[in-house]
Amino acid sequence: MKEKLKSLWEKLFGDSVRAFGVVSLVLLISLAIAPAKNHFSEWRHYQHGYLKMIRNRSDAVTLQRHFQGGIQQIWLPNLGVVDRCTSCHVGLKEASLADVNAQPFRQHPVIPHRLDQFGCTVCHRGQGAATTVAEAHNSTLAWEEPILPAKYIESSCGECHRGPVPGTPQLNQGRHLLARYGCVHCHMVKLPDGRTMKPTDDPPSLSHIADKTTREWVYAWLKDPQAYAGTATMPNFKLSDADARDMSAFLIANSTLLPGDTITLSAKASADPAAGGSLYGESFCASCHAVQNAAGNLVGGDVGPELTRVGNKVKPEWLQAWLRNPRNYDSETAMSHYRFSDAQVTTLSGFLLAKTDSDLLANVHLEAATPEQIAHGKRLVSDYGCASCHEIAGIKKPENFAPELSRIGSKPVTQLVFLPGMQHTLPDYIATKIKEPRAFGQGLKMPQYTFTPAQIDSLATALLAFNNRSATLPPSLTVEAKLESDYQPAGKAGKLMSDLACLSCHRINGRGGDMAPDLTWEGSSVQRQWLVDFLKNPNTLRPALIRRMPRFNLTDGEVNELTDYIMTVYQNPGVDRDSLPLSGYPQGEVELGKQLFYGKYACQGCHIVDTKGDKGYVGPTLTQVGSRLTAAWIFQWMKNPQALRPGTAEPNRAMSDEDARALTAFLISQKGGRKSEVAKK
Amino acid sequence: MIRHSRTIVTLLSAVLALSCSHKTASAPLPTPTAFGAVIVESSGGKQTAQTGTLLPQPVVVQVNDEQGTAVAGALVEFNAAPGVTFDPSYGLTDSSGQVTTNVTLGGMAGRYQLTALSSDKAGKKIALTVEEIALGYQQTLGRQLNDQYCERCHNPESTVERVSNFDNLEIKPHPFTEGDTLNKISDADLTAIISHGGPALNKSALMPAWGNTLSKSDIQALVSYIRAISDPPNRNAGPVYARN
Repeated sequence: MKEKLKSLWEKLFGDSVRAFGVVSLVLLISLAIAPAKNHFSEWRHYQHGYLKMIRNRSDAVTLQRHFQGGIQQIWLPNLGVVDRCTSCHVGLKEASLADVNAQPFRQHPVIPHRLDQFGCTVCHRGQGAATTVAEAHNSTLAWEEPILPAKYIESSCGECHRGPVPGTPQLNQGRHLLARYGCVHCHMVKLPDGRTMKPTDDPPSLSHIADKTTREWVYAWLKDPQAYAGTATMPNFKLSDADARDMSAFLIANSTLLPGDTITLSAKASADPAAGGSLYGESFCASCHAVQNAAGNLVGGDVGPELTRVGNKVKPEWLQAWLRNPRNYDSETAMSHYRFSDAQVTTLSGFLLAKTDSDLLANVHLEAATPEQIAHGKRLVSDYGCASCHEIAGIKKPENFAPELSRIGSKPVTQLVFLPGMQHTLPDYIATKIKEPRAFGQGLKMPQYTFTPAQIDSLATALLAFNNRSATLPPSLTVEAKLESDYQPAGKAGKLMSDLACLSCHRINGRGGDMAPDLTWEGSSVQRQWLVDFLKNPNTLRPALIRRMPRFNLTDGEVNELTDYIMTVYQNPGVDRDSLPLSGYPQGEVELGKQLFYGKYACQGCHIVDTKGDKGYVGPTLTQVGSRLTAAWIFQWMKNPQALRPGTAEPNRAMSDEDARALTAFLISQKGGRKSEVAKK
Repeated sequence: MIRHSRTIVTLLSAVLALSCSHKTASAPLPTPTAFGAVIVESSGGKQTAQTGTLLPQPVVVQVNDEQGTAVAGALVEFNAAPGVTFDPSYGLTDSSGQVTTNVTLGGMAGRYQLTALSSDKAGKKIALTVEEIALGYQQTLGRQLNDQYCERCHNPESTVERVSNFDNLEIKPHPFTEGDTLNKISDADLTAIISHGGPALNKSALMPAWGNTLSKSDIQALVSYIRAISDPPNRNAGPVYARN
């Protein structure tokens, strides 16, 4: 062995010239390593591949002219972007490469932003400065920002766009769910503008719960809220029988009587068995409350709780008091005060109490609670943070009950504990944590939700948008959300509107629901007498709608109060109610309007004026529009409906003043057999 | 030199990871207890979803024998272009001869061909191809605009929340899936009809002009959505992603 080595040494370095040659050669080779590495780099390989691919295409000349070799870079100091992705993704801007489906040469799909203004990593994450596939796309030791999977890509839109964006349904949905399911009761989310994210659910106060329901129901609900109502937003805390027993004992024992919470009515329910159902229908309870039908489908809205098994839950005397005036039990409730007569309350409560499920409470048998059980129940109620969502007398709302999520989207993977078998990425961690929170360890408090996989993906999308970049972006680079105003109608009428909960369905001055039309300009839009009649007895304007304005059984005094307020306050400065008359248009103009209606503008596609011939029912029926709307409103609406009600389905037809005036004359002549009313000044 | 060794380490770990993932991918499949002659689609084809997201409904396929009777216990494997995931990716048919899988589409907009594979008694492969549509940003925006402005007339199907106006119209609008007609209209003409209304191209005045309501990019988004969902497919609908 030694001999061999010696002879090798002799061969290489025995003679000084030879030694010089060998050393030079070694030096030369080592010097060549760097250029060789550069030459055999991945990006060069892909650029060769790209040139080879475009060579045989018909648009080869154009593509070759656009091609620039070498490392490409998008540098945007204000966004902190140094992206070299375009070194390999060569064809991103080539519209003619739409048919190429192999990466990295595909054209970038159409988005509202330009690549050279935003770069790549702002949306896709990953390491922009890297020039190899592995380093750019995956987590490596030095860098910890893998490419964002396509299914969460909308989270990147949410870094700058703080409100809903039309093209990002998943992000919008995720943000909605975070508030709707009350995640932010326990998890604080500080938004970049300094506000704290507010929940939009309305968990009831439990301070007077014994007035409303029984201990048995509380027990069954605590064990499995979804068994009572599939749509319940309350999660399942997976309580043991004993824990649920003690918590229900505490909640009932802790409850105090609220005067007026329960009543006993002497009125008799209607003898007609269908009366309750018709009253439920006429009152449009289903606009807000859902009920499962025989086929198992939910029918109705989700503003209020599902009522499929409400008879198992509420005590009859509480329900009657609630139906008479819900604001007595909960002054903030979204439910309207309907002003039902005692007979109506009895009929409706009888109908609702019959909605039961005999299985729900069949196996719940609770013995009288002992003081120890109640004390234990109180401890559990504190431990599980029930007071984070519910008001409970004697228990303070806990602060920082669960980890803050304001920057969850930038949480380092090294700080996460993964379950065996799951992928070690942040999006997977978040999604799994929402899907099965208790799988991450014994004694964890986060409850089990019943989200669908799509809902979990959208929640993860919304959460990933709360990251370091979004928290530190300068305001000049963000698009702020349009905030809900804190508008509150004033005075006596304002009180009446709160009592009727108008804002639960209608939007006024930037606040309120979206179920019913925006009333911000209602005073400019409608005639006084029509509004009076409508409030007394709302008739339907849109035959195809299932959600409608209920009848609140208002007194004449209340109707006048409300009408005066609406007619005076809700005026559009651009629509002068008295600028156009409600009648007296020349017959020729009315005729011209009719021709325009049926001919040039083909309004009958969506509206009905003549019930014999017209069928369209996208928009409201116009048979009585001359008694309903002011001429000035109709004229302005013809000119630009979107300006008066953004997002309305009626397109802006860019009408001339003459056309708009003729259509106004025609429409205002549609009095539906009623004599024309003169607007009260 | 440090960088160099890091590259080697990365490469080695990549190779290691690859070989490992290879092993897990070839986990033993369940043994079929029966064989069918043909796979048919029960439900879940031609759905639309955003790129990278779950299809709203699962894909259900059924294995039948020569007489058309459902076969229980046949093995079905699902396959598609890289990026598409199936949960589960294989299964034995249940008592009604069906296998159900939840599908997440890939990250690129276009059409995805999903393949369900089984084998017959002789060991010959039998396959079924189901096509699904992935919407990119532009098409998603188009779908949102469609829901807001177009669908009430152009979609003949009614739902509880939205009663269709289709039957009320004297001249029927084209449903956007009606590829036979819509594919013959060029992008420019389609844009003109949306912007200036039906009469712009001698079509029904019941189609109003939307050019003052929707922006140019909105209308482009609508056109790209209409192209994406057209059946038979439009040649501008983007590439088809099939199993390679």
